[in-house]
Amino acid sequence: MERSYNKLWILFRSMFVLSACTFGGGFVIVSLMKKRYVEELKWLEEDEMLDVTAITQSAPGPLPVNASVIIGYRIAGIVGSLTAILGTILPPMVIISIISLFYEQFRTNPYIATALQVMRAGVAAVIFDVVINLAGNVIKTKRILYIAMMVVAFVATYLFDVSAMIIIFVCLGIGLVDLGVTLNNKKKGKVS
Amino acid sequence: MLLLKLFFAFIQVGMFSVGGGYAAIPLIQEQIVNIHHLMTLEEFSDLITVAEMTPGPISINSATFVGMRIAGIPGVLLCSIGCIIPSFAICLTLAYFYYKYRTVSGVQVVLGSLRPAVVALIASAGASILMLGLFQAELEAVVLGNLKYVELIIFIVALFLLRKFKLSAITIILGSGVVGTIVYTLMGSVA
Repeated sequence: MERSYNKLWILFRSMFVLSACTFGGGFVIVSLMKKRYVEELKWLEEDEMLDVTAITQSAPGPLPVNASVIIGYRIAGIVGSLTAILGTILPPMVIISIISLFYEQFRTNPYIATALQVMRAGVAAVIFDVVINLAGNVIKTKRILYIAMMVVAFVATYLFDVSAMIIIFVCLGIGLVDLGVTLNNKKKGKVS
Repeated sequence: MLLLKLFFAFIQVGMFSVGGGYAAIPLIQEQIVNIHHLMTLEEFSDLITVAEMTPGPISINSATFVGMRIAGIPGVLLCSIGCIIPSFAICLTLAYFYYKYRTVSGVQVVLGSLRPAVVALIASAGASILMLGLFQAELEAVVLGNLKYVELIIFIVALFLLRKFKLSAITIILGSGVVGTIVYTLMGSVA
Protein backbone atom coordinates (compact mmCIF):
# COMPACT_ATOMS: atom_id res chain seq x y z
CA MET A 1 0.00 0.00 0.00
CA GLU A 2 2.77 2.36 0.98
CA ARG A 3 4.51 1.61 -2.30
CA SER A 4 1.48 2.47 -4.37
CA TYR A 5 0.97 5.76 -2.52
CA ASN A 6 4.60 6.48 -3.18
CA LYS A 7 4.10 5.79 -6.89
CA LEU A 8 1.07 8.09 -7.06
CA TRP A 9 3.08 10.81 -5.33
CA ILE A 10 5.93 10.48 -7.84
CA LEU A 11 3.39 10.52 -10.66
CA PHE A 12 1.73 13.67 -9.30
CA ARG A 13 5.03 15.41 -8.64
CA SER A 14 6.41 14.56 -12.10
CA MET A 15 3.30 15.81 -13.89
CA PHE A 16 3.23 18.93 -11.73
CA VAL A 17 6.85 19.86 -12.48
CA LEU A 18 6.57 19.03 -16.20
CA SER A 19 3.41 21.06 -16.56
CA ALA A 20 4.80 24.02 -14.62
CA CYS A 21 7.87 24.20 -16.85
CA THR A 22 6.35 23.51 -20.25
CA PHE A 23 6.07 26.44 -22.60
CA GLY A 24 4.79 25.94 -26.10
CA GLY A 25 2.54 23.33 -27.61
CA GLY A 26 1.60 19.81 -26.67
CA PHE A 27 4.50 18.05 -28.39
CA VAL A 28 6.91 19.86 -26.09
CA ILE A 29 5.41 18.25 -23.03
CA VAL A 30 5.32 14.91 -24.81
CA SER A 31 9.12 15.01 -25.25
CA LEU A 32 9.49 15.95 -21.60
CA MET A 33 7.21 13.09 -20.57
CA LYS A 34 9.20 10.70 -22.73
CA LYS A 35 12.41 11.79 -21.03
CA ARG A 36 10.87 11.52 -17.56
CA TYR A 37 8.81 8.33 -17.79
CA VAL A 38 10.87 6.31 -20.28
CA GLU A 39 14.46 7.38 -19.62
CA GLU A 40 14.49 8.52 -15.99
CA LEU A 41 11.79 6.46 -14.21
CA LYS A 42 11.67 3.57 -16.73
CA TRP A 43 7.93 3.21 -16.12
CA LEU A 44 7.07 3.04 -19.82
CA GLU A 45 8.68 1.57 -22.90
CA GLU A 46 9.71 3.89 -25.69
CA ASP A 47 7.31 2.36 -28.25
CA GLU A 48 4.51 2.62 -25.74
CA MET A 49 5.17 6.32 -25.25
CA LEU A 50 4.98 6.87 -29.02
CA ASP A 51 1.70 4.92 -29.21
CA VAL A 52 0.32 7.00 -26.35
CA THR A 53 1.32 10.17 -28.21
CA ALA A 54 -0.50 9.02 -31.35
CA ILE A 55 -3.65 8.18 -29.37
CA THR A 56 -3.41 11.48 -27.50
CA GLN A 57 -3.19 13.38 -30.74
CA SER A 58 -6.22 11.70 -32.28
CA ALA A 59 -8.49 12.33 -29.28
CA PRO A 60 -10.11 15.72 -28.64
CA GLY A 61 -8.95 17.98 -25.82
CA PRO A 62 -5.63 19.39 -24.65
CA LEU A 63 -2.73 17.06 -25.49
CA PRO A 64 -0.99 17.18 -22.07
CA VAL A 65 -4.26 16.33 -20.30
CA ASN A 66 -4.93 13.45 -22.69
CA ALA A 67 -1.42 12.09 -22.19
CA SER A 68 -1.83 12.38 -18.41
CA VAL A 69 -5.05 10.37 -18.52
CA ILE A 70 -3.41 7.50 -20.43
CA ILE A 71 -0.07 7.45 -18.59
CA GLY A 72 -1.85 7.74 -15.23
CA TYR A 73 -4.15 4.86 -16.19
CA ARG A 74 -1.13 2.74 -17.13
CA ILE A 75 0.62 3.42 -13.81
CA ALA A 76 -2.30 3.11 -11.39
CA GLY A 77 -5.68 2.74 -13.12
CA ILE A 78 -8.37 5.40 -12.82
CA VAL A 79 -6.91 6.77 -9.59
CA GLY A 80 -3.65 7.21 -11.50
CA SER A 81 -5.47 9.09 -14.27
CA LEU A 82 -7.05 11.49 -11.81
CA THR A 83 -3.76 12.00 -9.98
CA ALA A 84 -1.93 12.72 -13.23
CA ILE A 85 -4.61 15.16 -14.43
CA LEU A 86 -4.48 17.04 -11.15
CA GLY A 87 -0.71 17.35 -11.41
CA THR A 88 -1.00 18.61 -14.98
CA ILE A 89 -3.72 21.22 -14.53
CA LEU A 90 -2.80 22.61 -11.13
CA PRO A 91 0.25 24.68 -12.24
CA PRO A 92 -1.48 26.50 -15.12
CA MET A 93 -4.57 27.07 -12.95
CA VAL A 94 -2.59 28.64 -10.12
CA ILE A 95 -0.24 30.62 -12.38
CA ILE A 96 -3.00 32.01 -14.59
CA SER A 97 -5.25 32.84 -11.63
CA ILE A 98 -2.47 34.96 -10.15
CA ILE A 99 -1.48 36.51 -13.47
CA SER A 100 -5.05 37.42 -14.34
CA LEU A 101 -4.94 39.73 -11.30
CA PHE A 102 -1.59 41.35 -12.27
CA TYR A 103 -1.91 41.09 -16.01
CA GLU A 104 -0.54 44.51 -17.02
CA GLN A 105 2.57 44.29 -14.82
CA PHE A 106 3.28 40.78 -16.07
CA ARG A 107 2.93 41.54 -19.75
CA THR A 108 5.19 44.59 -19.67
CA ASN A 109 7.96 43.24 -17.43
CA PRO A 110 11.17 43.10 -19.55
CA TYR A 111 12.91 40.50 -17.38
CA ILE A 112 10.02 38.06 -17.72
CA ALA A 113 9.94 38.63 -21.48
CA THR A 114 13.70 37.98 -21.77
CA ALA A 115 13.61 34.85 -19.63
CA LEU A 116 10.70 33.44 -21.65
CA GLN A 117 12.49 34.15 -24.92
CA VAL A 118 15.77 32.52 -23.80
CA MET A 119 14.00 29.49 -22.34
CA ARG A 120 12.87 28.59 -25.85
CA ALA A 121 16.48 27.73 -26.71
CA GLY A 122 16.55 25.37 -23.71
CA VAL A 123 13.21 23.81 -24.64
CA ALA A 124 14.40 23.31 -28.23
CA ALA A 125 17.54 21.55 -26.92
CA VAL A 126 15.42 19.15 -24.83
CA ILE A 127 13.21 18.32 -27.79
CA PHE A 128 16.20 17.76 -30.07
CA ASP A 129 17.76 15.45 -27.49
CA VAL A 130 14.58 13.35 -27.41
CA VAL A 131 14.20 13.41 -31.20
CA ILE A 132 17.79 12.21 -31.73
CA ASN A 133 17.02 9.11 -29.63
CA LEU A 134 13.63 8.48 -31.23
CA ALA A 135 14.78 8.98 -34.81
CA GLY A 136 17.78 6.73 -34.10
CA ASN A 137 15.43 3.95 -33.10
CA VAL A 138 13.28 4.36 -36.21
CA ILE A 139 16.44 4.14 -38.32
CA LYS A 140 17.54 1.05 -36.39
CA THR A 141 14.41 -0.82 -37.54
CA LYS A 142 16.10 -0.70 -41.00
CA ARG A 143 12.66 -0.58 -42.63
CA ILE A 144 12.89 1.80 -45.56
CA LEU A 145 9.10 2.31 -45.29
CA TYR A 146 9.35 3.65 -41.73
CA ILE A 147 12.35 5.87 -42.41
CA ALA A 148 10.70 7.30 -45.52
CA MET A 149 7.44 7.91 -43.60
CA MET A 150 9.34 9.77 -40.90
CA VAL A 151 11.12 12.04 -43.38
CA VAL A 152 8.01 12.72 -45.48
CA ALA A 153 5.90 13.38 -42.38
CA PHE A 154 8.47 15.85 -41.09
CA VAL A 155 8.65 17.75 -44.37
CA ALA A 156 4.84 17.77 -44.62
CA THR A 157 4.24 19.16 -41.12
CA TYR A 158 7.17 21.49 -40.84
CA LEU A 159 7.43 22.92 -44.35
CA PHE A 160 3.85 22.55 -45.58
CA ASP A 161 1.88 22.95 -42.34
CA VAL A 162 -0.08 19.73 -42.83
CA SER A 163 -2.02 19.14 -39.60
CA ALA A 164 -0.93 16.45 -37.16
CA MET A 165 -4.34 14.76 -37.40
CA ILE A 166 -3.96 14.26 -41.15
CA ILE A 167 -0.44 12.87 -40.73
CA ILE A 168 -1.64 10.39 -38.11
CA PHE A 169 -4.58 9.23 -40.21
CA VAL A 170 -2.54 8.83 -43.40
CA CYS A 171 0.02 6.77 -41.49
CA LEU A 172 -2.79 4.74 -39.92
CA GLY A 173 -3.95 3.97 -43.48
CA ILE A 174 -0.42 2.93 -44.50
CA GLY A 175 -0.27 0.75 -41.38
CA LEU A 176 -3.50 -1.02 -42.32
CA VAL A 177 -2.23 -1.68 -45.86
CA ASP A 178 1.03 -2.92 -44.33
CA LEU A 179 -0.96 -5.25 -42.08
CA GLY A 180 -2.88 -6.58 -45.10
CA VAL A 181 0.37 -7.25 -46.99
CA THR A 182 1.94 -8.94 -43.95
CA LEU A 183 -1.05 -11.23 -43.43
CA ASN A 184 -1.16 -12.04 -47.13
CA ASN A 185 2.54 -12.96 -47.19
CA LYS A 186 2.07 -15.20 -44.15
CA LYS A 187 -0.80 -17.03 -45.89
CA LYS A 188 1.29 -17.57 -49.03
CA GLY A 189 4.19 -18.74 -46.87
CA LYS A 190 2.00 -21.39 -45.29
CA VAL A 191 0.75 -22.71 -48.66
CA SER A 192 4.18 -23.09 -50.24
CA MET B 1 -26.77 30.28 -14.02
CA LEU B 2 -23.74 32.08 -15.30
CA LEU B 3 -21.50 29.39 -13.81
CA LEU B 4 -23.52 26.68 -15.49
CA LYS B 5 -23.27 28.48 -18.81
CA LEU B 6 -19.50 28.70 -18.41
CA PHE B 7 -19.30 25.04 -17.49
CA PHE B 8 -21.16 23.88 -20.60
CA ALA B 9 -19.28 26.30 -22.82
CA PHE B 10 -15.99 24.73 -21.76
CA ILE B 11 -17.27 21.18 -22.06
CA GLN B 12 -17.86 22.03 -25.72
CA VAL B 13 -14.39 23.53 -26.04
CA GLY B 14 -12.90 20.36 -24.56
CA MET B 15 -14.95 18.10 -26.77
CA PHE B 16 -14.38 19.76 -30.13
CA SER B 17 -10.80 20.99 -29.94
CA VAL B 18 -9.19 18.18 -31.89
CA GLY B 19 -5.57 18.49 -32.92
CA GLY B 20 -3.68 20.46 -30.32
CA GLY B 21 -3.77 23.77 -28.52
CA TYR B 22 -4.13 26.27 -31.31
CA ALA B 23 -7.18 24.47 -32.65
CA ALA B 24 -8.93 25.42 -29.41
CA ILE B 25 -8.53 29.19 -29.82
CA PRO B 26 -11.31 29.78 -32.38
CA LEU B 27 -13.63 27.49 -30.41
CA ILE B 28 -13.06 29.39 -27.19
CA GLN B 29 -13.58 32.66 -29.01
CA GLU B 30 -16.86 31.44 -30.43
CA GLN B 31 -18.19 30.24 -27.08
CA ILE B 32 -16.96 33.08 -24.87
CA VAL B 33 -17.01 36.13 -27.14
CA ASN B 34 -19.56 35.45 -29.87
CA ILE B 35 -22.23 33.26 -28.26
CA HIS B 36 -22.21 34.11 -24.56
CA HIS B 37 -20.65 37.62 -24.63
CA LEU B 38 -18.65 36.90 -21.51
CA MET B 39 -15.58 38.80 -22.75
CA THR B 40 -14.79 41.47 -25.31
CA LEU B 41 -12.51 40.72 -28.25
CA GLU B 42 -9.75 42.87 -26.66
CA GLU B 43 -9.91 40.90 -23.42
CA PHE B 44 -9.82 37.74 -25.47
CA SER B 45 -6.62 38.75 -27.27
CA ASP B 46 -5.06 39.59 -23.89
CA LEU B 47 -6.00 36.10 -22.86
CA ILE B 48 -4.21 34.56 -25.85
CA THR B 49 -1.06 36.58 -25.07
CA VAL B 50 -1.05 35.40 -21.46
CA ALA B 51 -1.82 31.82 -22.46
CA GLU B 52 1.15 31.80 -24.83
CA MET B 53 3.55 33.33 -22.33
CA THR B 54 2.76 30.92 -19.50
CA PRO B 55 3.17 27.18 -19.12
CA GLY B 56 0.32 24.74 -19.56
CA PRO B 57 -2.18 23.79 -22.25
CA ILE B 58 -3.81 26.76 -23.93
CA SER B 59 -7.37 25.57 -23.25
CA ILE B 60 -6.74 25.10 -19.51
CA ASN B 61 -5.06 28.50 -19.44
CA SER B 62 -7.99 30.19 -21.09
CA ALA B 63 -10.53 28.31 -18.99
CA THR B 64 -8.73 29.59 -15.89
CA PHE B 65 -8.40 33.15 -17.19
CA VAL B 66 -12.05 33.37 -18.24
CA GLY B 67 -13.26 31.67 -15.06
CA MET B 68 -11.22 33.97 -12.81
CA ARG B 69 -12.31 37.15 -14.58
CA ILE B 70 -15.97 36.25 -14.57
CA ALA B 71 -16.57 34.31 -11.35
CA GLY B 72 -13.37 34.04 -9.27
CA ILE B 73 -12.11 30.73 -7.91
CA PRO B 74 -15.38 28.78 -8.40
CA GLY B 75 -15.29 29.94 -12.01
CA VAL B 76 -11.73 28.67 -12.41
CA LEU B 77 -12.65 25.25 -11.07
CA LEU B 78 -15.83 24.85 -13.12
CA CYS B 79 -14.29 26.00 -16.40
CA SER B 80 -11.23 23.79 -16.02
CA ILE B 81 -13.22 20.75 -15.00
CA GLY B 82 -15.61 21.30 -17.89
CA CYS B 83 -12.68 21.54 -20.24
CA ILE B 84 -11.17 18.19 -19.19
CA ILE B 85 -14.30 16.04 -18.75
CA PRO B 86 -14.47 15.04 -22.45
CA SER B 87 -10.71 14.33 -22.58
CA PHE B 88 -10.93 12.22 -19.48
CA ALA B 89 -13.83 10.07 -20.67
CA ILE B 90 -12.50 9.57 -24.22
CA CYS B 91 -8.85 8.93 -23.34
CA LEU B 92 -9.72 6.56 -20.53
CA THR B 93 -11.73 4.47 -22.99
CA LEU B 94 -8.91 4.57 -25.56
CA ALA B 95 -6.35 3.66 -22.88
CA TYR B 96 -8.45 0.69 -21.82
CA PHE B 97 -8.60 -0.70 -25.35
CA TYR B 98 -4.97 0.11 -26.09
CA TYR B 99 -3.68 -1.83 -23.08
CA LYS B 100 -6.08 -4.67 -23.74
CA TYR B 101 -5.10 -5.19 -27.37
CA ARG B 102 -1.64 -3.73 -27.83
CA THR B 103 0.15 -7.08 -27.72
CA VAL B 104 -1.95 -8.49 -30.58
CA SER B 105 0.47 -8.77 -33.51
CA GLY B 106 -1.86 -7.13 -36.05
CA VAL B 107 -2.28 -4.13 -33.76
CA GLN B 108 1.51 -4.00 -33.41
CA VAL B 109 1.96 -3.70 -37.18
CA VAL B 110 -0.52 -0.81 -37.37
CA LEU B 111 0.90 0.98 -34.34
CA GLY B 112 4.39 0.49 -35.78
CA SER B 113 3.46 2.68 -38.73
CA LEU B 114 2.25 5.46 -36.45
CA ARG B 115 5.56 5.72 -34.58
CA PRO B 116 7.64 7.31 -37.37
CA ALA B 117 4.82 9.87 -37.80
CA VAL B 118 4.89 10.77 -34.12
CA VAL B 119 8.68 11.18 -34.20
CA ALA B 120 8.28 13.52 -37.18
CA LEU B 121 5.59 15.55 -35.38
CA ILE B 122 7.76 15.99 -32.30
CA ALA B 123 10.73 16.95 -34.50
CA SER B 124 8.62 19.53 -36.28
CA ALA B 125 7.50 21.10 -32.98
CA GLY B 126 11.17 21.21 -31.93
CA ALA B 127 12.21 22.89 -35.18
CA SER B 128 9.50 25.56 -34.82
CA ILE B 129 10.54 26.40 -31.28
CA LEU B 130 14.20 26.48 -32.28
CA MET B 131 13.39 29.01 -35.02
CA LEU B 132 11.40 31.12 -32.54
CA GLY B 133 14.26 30.89 -30.07
CA LEU B 134 17.07 31.74 -32.50
CA PHE B 135 15.34 34.21 -34.83
CA GLN B 136 12.16 35.23 -32.97
CA ALA B 137 10.27 34.33 -36.13
CA GLU B 138 8.55 31.43 -37.84
CA LEU B 139 10.46 29.63 -40.60
CA GLU B 140 8.97 31.62 -43.50
CA ALA B 141 9.88 34.94 -41.84
CA VAL B 142 13.43 34.05 -40.78
CA VAL B 143 16.08 36.68 -41.55
CA LEU B 144 19.58 35.22 -41.14
CA GLY B 145 20.97 38.54 -39.89
CA ASN B 146 18.62 38.40 -36.89
CA LEU B 147 20.33 35.33 -35.46
CA LYS B 148 20.53 35.65 -31.67
CA TYR B 149 23.97 34.42 -30.65
CA VAL B 150 23.21 34.13 -26.93
CA GLU B 151 20.32 31.75 -27.65
CA LEU B 152 22.38 29.82 -30.19
CA ILE B 153 25.15 29.23 -27.65
CA ILE B 154 22.63 28.28 -24.96
CA PHE B 155 21.00 25.82 -27.36
CA ILE B 156 24.32 24.16 -28.26
CA VAL B 157 25.56 23.98 -24.67
CA ALA B 158 22.18 22.68 -23.45
CA LEU B 159 22.07 19.98 -26.11
CA PHE B 160 25.66 18.97 -25.25
CA LEU B 161 24.82 18.76 -21.52
CA LEU B 162 21.73 16.66 -22.27
CA ARG B 163 23.56 14.21 -24.53
CA LYS B 164 26.72 13.94 -22.45
CA PHE B 165 25.48 14.16 -18.85
CA LYS B 166 21.79 13.26 -19.20
CA LEU B 167 20.68 16.28 -17.18
CA SER B 168 16.96 16.52 -16.50
CA ALA B 169 14.79 18.57 -18.85
CA ILE B 170 13.62 20.88 -16.08
CA THR B 171 17.19 21.75 -15.05
CA ILE B 172 17.99 22.62 -18.66
CA ILE B 173 14.90 24.76 -19.25
CA LEU B 174 15.05 26.73 -16.02
CA GLY B 175 18.85 26.94 -16.23
CA SER B 176 18.73 28.41 -19.73
CA GLY B 177 16.15 30.98 -18.57
CA VAL B 178 18.30 32.08 -15.63
CA VAL B 179 21.63 32.10 -17.50
CA GLY B 180 20.13 33.90 -20.50
CA THR B 181 18.48 36.59 -18.40
CA ILE B 182 21.73 37.20 -16.50
CA VAL B 183 23.72 37.44 -19.74
CA TYR B 184 21.24 39.88 -21.30
CA THR B 185 21.17 41.95 -18.10
CA LEU B 186 24.98 42.15 -18.06
CA MET B 187 24.95 43.12 -21.73
CA GLY B 188 22.51 45.86 -20.77
CA SER B 189 19.98 44.79 -23.38
CA VAL B 190 17.04 44.22 -21.06
CA ALA B 191 15.13 47.43 -21.49
